[in-house]
Parts: sequence; structure tokens; C-alpha cells
Amino acid sequence: MSLRRVVIVGAGAAGIAAAQALRGDGYDGALTMVGDEPHPPYDRPPLAKDVLAGSRPVADLTLCDAGRTTDLGLDLRPGTAAVGLDVAARRVQLADGGTLPYDGVLVTTGVRPRQLPGTRHLGNVHVLRTVDDAQRLRAALVPGARLVVVGAGYLGCEAAAVAATAGVHVTLVEPGPTPLPGLGGPVGALLASLHRTHGVDLRTGGAVRAVRSRGNRAVGVTLADGAALDADAVLLALGSTPATGWLAGSGLTTTGGVRCDAYCAAAPGVYAAGDVARWWHPAAGRYVRVEHRTNATAQGIAAAHNLLAAATGGAPRPYEPVAYAWSDQYGRRIQILGDLTGHDGQRVVDDPGDGHLVVAYRRAGRVAGVVAVDRPRVLRDWRPLVDRPWPDTVPPT
Amino acid sequence: MRVTVDVDRCCASGQCVEAAPDVFDQDDDTGLVVLRAERPTAAQLPGVRRAVAVCPTGCLGLADR
Repeated sequence: MSLRRVVIVGAGAAGIAAAQALRGDGYDGALTMVGDEPHPPYDRPPLAKDVLAGSRPVADLTLCDAGRTTDLGLDLRPGTAAVGLDVAARRVQLADGGTLPYDGVLVTTGVRPRQLPGTRHLGNVHVLRTVDDAQRLRAALVPGARLVVVGAGYLGCEAAAVAATAGVHVTLVEPGPTPLPGLGGPVGALLASLHRTHGVDLRTGGAVRAVRSRGNRAVGVTLADGAALDADAVLLALGSTPATGWLAGSGLTTTGGVRCDAYCAAAPGVYAAGDVARWWHPAAGRYVRVEHRTNATAQGIAAAHNLLAAATGGAPRPYEPVAYAWSDQYGRRIQILGDLTGHDGQRVVDDPGDGHLVVAYRRAGRVAGVVAVDRPRVLRDWRPLVDRPWPDTVPPT
Repeated sequence: MRVTVDVDRCCASGQCVEAAPDVFDQDDDTGLVVLRAERPTAAQLPGVRRAVAVCPTGCLGLADR
């Protein structure tokens, strides 16, 4: 069918990458983007880093300023939530009662942070997903304040590092044995040491039993082992769930993300990209969903290309990237190459001391990926080895 | 065309080196982007455009002059 109307639902990194790719590939029809936040598309990784630290202005985060919006011929509608998708009739239903008919739609609605039940009304219990979240949390990071961070994933670790550096008394609670438990022992031990050196009270193996409150304020957190932590603010960094509620009744499979084929297609004319998409990764041989900034851009481009290809008789391309993510903590850069999910072995391949470290991960006899702490050159040397057979000997570094 | 780089934003992903190895490199110590050719040839331009598009922090650009 001819492609004259494309709607992008979700005004984040994946959505804007898709918009740019569509125009770059020559699409000249109508292009509409809706997003539930009141802001034009912006970059999220700095929220837990420079923005929280106050070293980067929020205005700097934009991924699409007014001039670029005009250049792209983009009908950008911030503050406009989608509430439904009619796949058969090819219409997006909006919260304001309007509908957007489309020939092709890209679903890029991202994720929502997990909450703890019964804490939503507490003004000093924070999550960190949006720029507004970041500004609220930043206001709480005053020297001497007591912050409890629940969850030592990427977000929790980065926020804890920023807060501790700002003179906040930070307790970091993590149910696993180390921070970033998915990365295993050696990297986890290094990170644990890094946080403790900077004064963070790290409670691994710790689960939250209750958030204690008085009125509309949290006053502390009680852990499963009975420890009672006092808090002026609490950050919930418990991971996220795909923002697919608006797709209920659409007929799309949305368990664990919008299920797509290898071409990022969820249904005829419906494509998904970024944090919300769960697609068949041909090289990995399974469905994957990736919540990383690099993937948002790359998948937005791929989904846009394949949407256009399907409409114009072009050649669609399977989307099978090598994942990449990074995290900044206390001036250290942690780089994660490859998908480490379900790894069944790991080996320290470079340990020059002083907090530098490189660990390779194995899965089913192959190199699943590599994690490097302040060793970008070694990481680069390993890049061609990802998905190749696991080497019996460590390549020279 | 001229390649622009805002190295303060670089996250050392190496995506640009994958896309256009003749134009981009990474610093050995920091992994940050190093520009090898500020004015790419016509043959290099498609790779540079790919690099600009896939950079996860948007630190790369192409200017007319």
C-alpha cells in the first residue's frame, strides 16, 4: 500500500531516530509524533548523571529543537497521550478524544518505572525516568540529607554516585549480592568497593519490607532483616515495565514488551522500537528487549527503514545489533558490550589494578559480551569476538 | 562538508568507528571519539551520515562548510 501518513507514538529517542530516518530515506508524506510528556523529545541518560549533578542544563537535552522539527516536517504534539490502537482500521486513539488515521505507525512509548505499592502519595519518594523526575530529585540532594536508594541497577548506582558526591548520606539497598548483579562477581565487587569508598552505605542482600511514612512524607525504610533506615528522600530504582497499557484490546501481544518479528514489525503497518519493543533477534535466536540508549536510536532507524521498505517494495533488513551500554559512576566509565543475559561463565581478561577491569562473558560456548571499567581500548579489541566461539586462551591486551 | 564533534558528549560507544572507520577513531585511553578526517570524501559521506544517525549521544554532526 502507499505510505502517506505515518504516526509515531512516543516522543523519545527511538521515535525521533525513526522520524529522522524516514525523512532521510526519502519519505515525504505526513509525519505526526505524539508523546504524553509535555516536552519535545529529549535525551534521558544524562538525567541520572550530569542533570542530577546540576552540571548540565536541561535545555541542553533536546533531541529535536523547533528548527529541526520544522526541517523534518514533523507535526510534533507533546502532552498528547495515545490511549488506543485500532490495528484493523489503522487509527490511533488519543486521550483528548481525537483520532489519528495512519498508513504506518511506530510504537516507541518506552517504559514506566516500577513503583512500590502504597508509596505514590508520598512526595519525597522518587522515581527517575523523566526530566521532571530528575529536577524533583535534584532539589532533594542537599548536603547532609539522607537518601535511601532502592535498587542498585544502572539507574540506582548512578544516582547514588551523584548524590554521594554531592554530600548526601546515601544508603543503597540491593537484593542481589553486588551492585549491577547481572554483571557477576568481579565487576560487582569493584563497584561495591567504589561505592563504599565514596561513603555509600551499601546493603546487598537487602530487601525493602516497608516504607515508613508520616502524612504525605516518607520518613524511613525498613528492610526485611529488620534494619530501620531513616530517610529524607527515597529513590525507587526498581527497573521498568514496557509502556503498553494503551495497547490493551489492540490484539497485539504485549507481554514483556510489544512482540515484533525480526524486522521490528508487530502487525501489518505496525512497528515498534526502543525500550518498549520485544523482537525476534535472529542472531541470538530468541526474543529480546533492550532498555539502552544506543538501542533506541539504532532500532528506531531499523524500524523506520523496514516500515518504508514494506510499503515501497524495498528490502527489509533484520535487526540484529550487538548491544552496547555505558554507565558513569564517580568518574569511572563502565562499558557493556553484548547481551549478557543468561551467561554461563566469565573470565577476568585484564586486571591492571587501580579500579580498571575487563571481564569477558560466555554463553553456550560463545562470547556473549565484555564489560570494561575504564579500559576502552581492550573493549574495542574484543568487539569482533562477540558471538564468536569462546577462546581457550585470553587474547593479548 | 565538514564533520563536527562535541567530544564532551561522547559516550565512547564506538558506533561511529563501526560506521566510518576511515573518518572516526577512538582515543586509546579514554575511548572518546577522535576525528581522523574533518572533511570526508564523497565516498566517505554515506558512512559519516550513518555515524551521525547512530551516535547514541548525538555528538556528531555534518556542517555545510
